[in-house]
Amino acid sequence: MITAPTIEYFALAPLLVIFGAAIIGVLVEAFAPRYLRRAIQIPLTLLSLVGAFALVILQTVRGVPTTPAAMGSVAVDGPTLFIWGTILVLSFVSVLLINDEDQFVPSAAAVPGSAEEEKAITEGAAHTEVYPLALFAIGGMLLFPASNDLLIMFVALEVMSLPLYLLCGLARRRRLLSQEASVKYFLLGAFSSAFFLYGTALLYGYAGTVDLAGISQALAVAGGTETLLIVGTALLGVGLFFKIGAAPFQAWKPDVYQGAPTPITALMASGTLVAAFGAVLRVFWVALGNDSWNWAPIMWGVAALTMVVGSILAITQTDIKRMLAYSSIAHAGFLLIGVMAVGDRGQNSLALSGLLFYLVTYGITTVGAFAVVTLVRDPGGEAWHLSRWAGLGKRSPKLAGLFAFFLLAFAGIPLTSGFFGKYAVFSSAVALGQGWLTGLVVLAVVASAAAAFFYVRVIVLMFFSDPSADGPTVVTPSWATSAVVGVSAFATVALGVFPQPVLDLAEKAAKTLFVQ
Amino acid sequence: MTTHYLVLSALLFAIGGIGVLVRRNAIVVFMCVELMLNACNLAFVTFARQHGNIDGQVIAFFVMIVAAAEVVIGLAIIVTIFRTRRSASVDDASLLKY
Repeated sequence: MITAPTIEYFALAPLLVIFGAAIIGVLVEAFAPRYLRRAIQIPLTLLSLVGAFALVILQTVRGVPTTPAAMGSVAVDGPTLFIWGTILVLSFVSVLLINDEDQFVPSAAAVPGSAEEEKAITEGAAHTEVYPLALFAIGGMLLFPASNDLLIMFVALEVMSLPLYLLCGLARRRRLLSQEASVKYFLLGAFSSAFFLYGTALLYGYAGTVDLAGISQALAVAGGTETLLIVGTALLGVGLFFKIGAAPFQAWKPDVYQGAPTPITALMASGTLVAAFGAVLRVFWVALGNDSWNWAPIMWGVAALTMVVGSILAITQTDIKRMLAYSSIAHAGFLLIGVMAVGDRGQNSLALSGLLFYLVTYGITTVGAFAVVTLVRDPGGEAWHLSRWAGLGKRSPKLAGLFAFFLLAFAGIPLTSGFFGKYAVFSSAVALGQGWLTGLVVLAVVASAAAAFFYVRVIVLMFFSDPSADGPTVVTPSWATSAVVGVSAFATVALGVFPQPVLDLAEKAAKTLFVQ
Repeated sequence: MTTHYLVLSALLFAIGGIGVLVRRNAIVVFMCVELMLNACNLAFVTFARQHGNIDGQVIAFFVMIVAAAEVVIGLAIIVTIFRTRRSASVDDASLLKY
């Protein structure tokens, strides 16, 4: 006799709301007339995000579950709920950016520069499919850090990535770059997920199960083929490090961030990074926590390389979005320090709360920075070249001031949220009191100083050089974009001056650690 | 006896991996990725046999579905760039660099 599996629908409700809304969105595309679609998709998308967020709050208030849901395959625990809340907020503001006019191609099938494209532009065509696609990606982002076995994690990885590959290719301007970014992201992403899958297969061979807790138990029992474990961990690591953009798997990040439509870049840079770090933590802490002496040295090297590569190469960039991409690579390196700061229970929850706080601060600042990038325009689209930003501080001091503020937050200057984020992660690593990790923190501080150089260089460029006569125009932002910039700036200040409430929340979420 | 299948799976995975690195046509690169996924499937099924549970066989089905979805997305993207550039060579797409 087969017994039906039990599914905790309440625990999974936020996921179900997002995926349900995405499916309704697809049906709207199929059945609603063209002129109505936009008017339906936008409220549907925003409402489902708000609804999912409300459900996350409700669950937190009702008490965090202590056992995994859906027969042990999805773990809705303290850290998951915190990460869900973060991703939903970041997605909401990113969707407000997506909603902005003139970011997406009128007809993706029309060849750039063809008569067909002209026709689509004059007809005012638009791809409202971007909303359901974004919702599917967001649903994948929610499932990825919550998955409690490697199969669900692989499926979530694909659900998150596949819509993003498409969305990357839909920029309205500079379409060749956008399509190229899409192809590169797709081929490299598929390549890396094949590594992830082979790693899963080898760990399944080692443990006889893909359950994270099961792998952990298999590690505790002596025996099993050590080769399978080590090679499996390495391949799994390749897949995960690719997603967070850690060196030497960072090559896709600048290309994709530059080519993708800026609102999608904002969604990827914030939401995907948060989700991927949740998954990294779950794999390396829950499944492979007993094996940290095997993976920690490799991760040490990856983290060191990532922050050095990110900080050094950012200096040579001339494209504003590429520069922010390298900055994101450097931040991934800083975050990896927290992943290695494992010890006893108290130490783990300290490191985890630091990481969660860092992810919030970095995510919200990133969305703000990319929102500003969408506003500075040349006749052919966004003013991507850094030299075009010269003298922006004299032409529109408010916008340049906000951007400078976001850059300072990336650099981690005190009184911005970035400072407390870095402080929380670095101090948890130092608290472990081990020389090899403290050394890495020293390297991270040096790398932050090097990174501060190119942030400050942009600020100097904006405020202390003369604007050229044919400089870029700053468009008047729509209410949505102004709201995004305003909220991000407010959060960056608030978390920099008064971080305690969010720190407390992160601490509470991290206290129970991950459920097994 | 299952060792042979694992060796075959590792070989297929390696052939796929090398193919991704050396081939220039985006379609062929993508086929090599599919070969890697199929190598994973072979490994899953072999391990399922070794451990005497059916988890691995079930996973193989999931992988097939995901691979099918990936084909849909991948071909759409590659066809789009082919229509624009009249070439599916990954070397030609080199506007984004440094």
